Amino acid sequence: MTAAAPAAPLASSDRFGPFGGRYVPETLIPALDALDAAFDDAMRDAAFTAELAELLRTYVGRPSALSTAPRLSAQVGAMVLLKREDLNHTGAHKINNTIGQALLARRMGKARIIAETGAGQHGVATATICARFGLECVVYMGEEDMRRQALNVFRMRLMGATVVPVTSGTRTLKDATTEAIRDWVTNVEGTHYIIGSVVGPAPYPRMVRDFQRVIGDEARAQVLALAGRLPAAVVACVGGGSNAMGIFHAFVNDPDVALVGVEAAGHGLDTGAHSASLARGTPGVLHGSLSMLLQDAAGQVHPAHSVSAGLDYPGVGPEHAWLQESGRATYVSVTDDEALEGVALLSRLEGIVPALETAHAVAWIAKERGRWTSGEPVLLCVSGRGDKDVAQLSQMPRFRDQLGA
Amino acid sequence: MASASVTTSADALAERFALLKRQGRRALVCYATAGHPDPEASVALLRALDAAGADVIELGVPFSDPLADGPVIQASSQQALGHGVTLDRTLAIAAAAKVRAPLVLFSYLNPVMAAGPQVLQRAARAGIGGVLITDLPVGADPERERWLANGPLAFIRLVAPTTPANRMAEISRHGSGFVYLISRLGVTGAQATLAADLPATVARLRGVTDLPVCVGFGISTGEQARAVGAIADGVVVGSAIVRAAGESVEAAATLVRGLRTALDSA
Repeated sequence: MTAAAPAAPLASSDRFGPFGGRYVPETLIPALDALDAAFDDAMRDAAFTAELAELLRTYVGRPSALSTAPRLSAQVGAMVLLKREDLNHTGAHKINNTIGQALLARRMGKARIIAETGAGQHGVATATICARFGLECVVYMGEEDMRRQALNVFRMRLMGATVVPVTSGTRTLKDATTEAIRDWVTNVEGTHYIIGSVVGPAPYPRMVRDFQRVIGDEARAQVLALAGRLPAAVVACVGGGSNAMGIFHAFVNDPDVALVGVEAAGHGLDTGAHSASLARGTPGVLHGSLSMLLQDAAGQVHPAHSVSAGLDYPGVGPEHAWLQESGRATYVSVTDDEALEGVALLSRLEGIVPALETAHAVAWIAKERGRWTSGEPVLLCVSGRGDKDVAQLSQMPRFRDQLGA
Repeated sequence: MASASVTTSADALAERFALLKRQGRRALVCYATAGHPDPEASVALLRALDAAGADVIELGVPFSDPLADGPVIQASSQQALGHGVTLDRTLAIAAAAKVRAPLVLFSYLNPVMAAGPQVLQRAARAGIGGVLITDLPVGADPERERWLANGPLAFIRLVAPTTPANRMAEISRHGSGFVYLISRLGVTGAQATLAADLPATVARLRGVTDLPVCVGFGISTGEQARAVGAIADGVVVGSAIVRAAGESVEAAATLVRGLRTALDSA
């Protein structure tokens, strides 16, 4: 494998252009300082990175495959290549980050882990590694999401995690994150908070990206080996944005590679019921960082909407805000209905049932027929598998009627 | 000081603490969420707290995602937002109340940012004397911190139990009005007991600053107020007042009169 491209230079270690920072209660500052130092120290420690690599290989099953997609490619008119994070243990990219952070927590002597979860994939990935390491695990999950993702709630509990229903606010990912931060402020001395995306106060956006960059590092080498060239575009869905940052990072310094993030347009960008913080947000502070945010004129956070619980978040990682502002990446959006179409499309054409989140990226590529030539590689991050969604999907008229169930 | 013909709102806070010092008394700092339980009662509540003996009133700006607050203040914030009370109406409530006690705007950063660059001047015109931002620790955003420090309001900074001594000094240097010492780990809310290491933390903070030190988080009873008053310049009571205000303005006033009596007997 070739070496990955270095990271884009930043003004400071905790900012991406003007975005990022540490907007948290004073109580957390020493813990963030300690985490920052421990992370940098660990990444310089060959024993740590070797243990991480070994777990990714033998426990997660990395490197994840790069699959060709002949029938989807024929339909799109490009060489669509699928980076198969759905094949990871637990079924999504989330575990790349939870293993890294759990190793770090152990190294810092923290025996209690907390996490927030939306779709439940990050909660499951956290519960998984806590079981593997024998760490106490508490997962905050919105009551609404617990209903939408009941199967993942059961999986977490099966692995010994405590799942705490969050009943405040919109009862989704936003409020689960807020509640997890409240827990951390209260129990900061013995607890590590495993944030599941490239959001939150510094160093989280940088740290989560660095634990997820394995996706892009592998994919870059795999595409070069398969196609003999870099992809024309790298496409990934964006909620908080961790799978997208993970796959983008290796290509940031390749100016000919288009980076495309696909946000959830929900019922439509003009309906107010969407999660497209990059398309329709304004700069604001939520959950510890300055980024693009869905909010009203008074600075109150506007509830997000998406059919996929994992994208249902009014903020976005600060590095994405910067990639957009600097022009390095482009952000587009796809509606709930189009995403459902994306699930059906990848299922029927390639025999891969994608997560609803991933289906947004599938749907965008499918709409872009004619953008590329048939030989041009287009790299799509299949961030997760759709098993968690099938119960929800099977109840939707669209699928019930079409499938004759 | 009394001869000053132009009194800025920040001066009101300084004068209040100077007066208390001359009298040998401790400051009773009372918190209320603007617009709770509703906008009209909120004005009446501020007047009642003032009359019941509050030295300083912290006026909470309702926010959709109050991550440093416990259930009582969260609920009050939601209720106020339900009445359409955001930062603009918070200032209107402050202006309507016309209380003698200096008012401190207690907010998360986002509503203050969204209100635009003139918000500090507008707050001063509404009779606000200070501002405290829960999620803007020292060094987090030097440009916005300078804006807050150089405006017409006192800029009150927070010290936590986890804050190391050298950082305590830095925080004190970058603040004015008073230093708000968080008494324990966690979010806002009443607690049965005070942290055992509180006297030592107050002593460390006093060693690095001449600003008055007020202690908050978890204080709800006269007994606790008296205990904290014995070691600090002021006592902040929040959730207990908000809970009482949810019952009635008079219930909150009764609580504050009790706290005042207890504190003055320290």
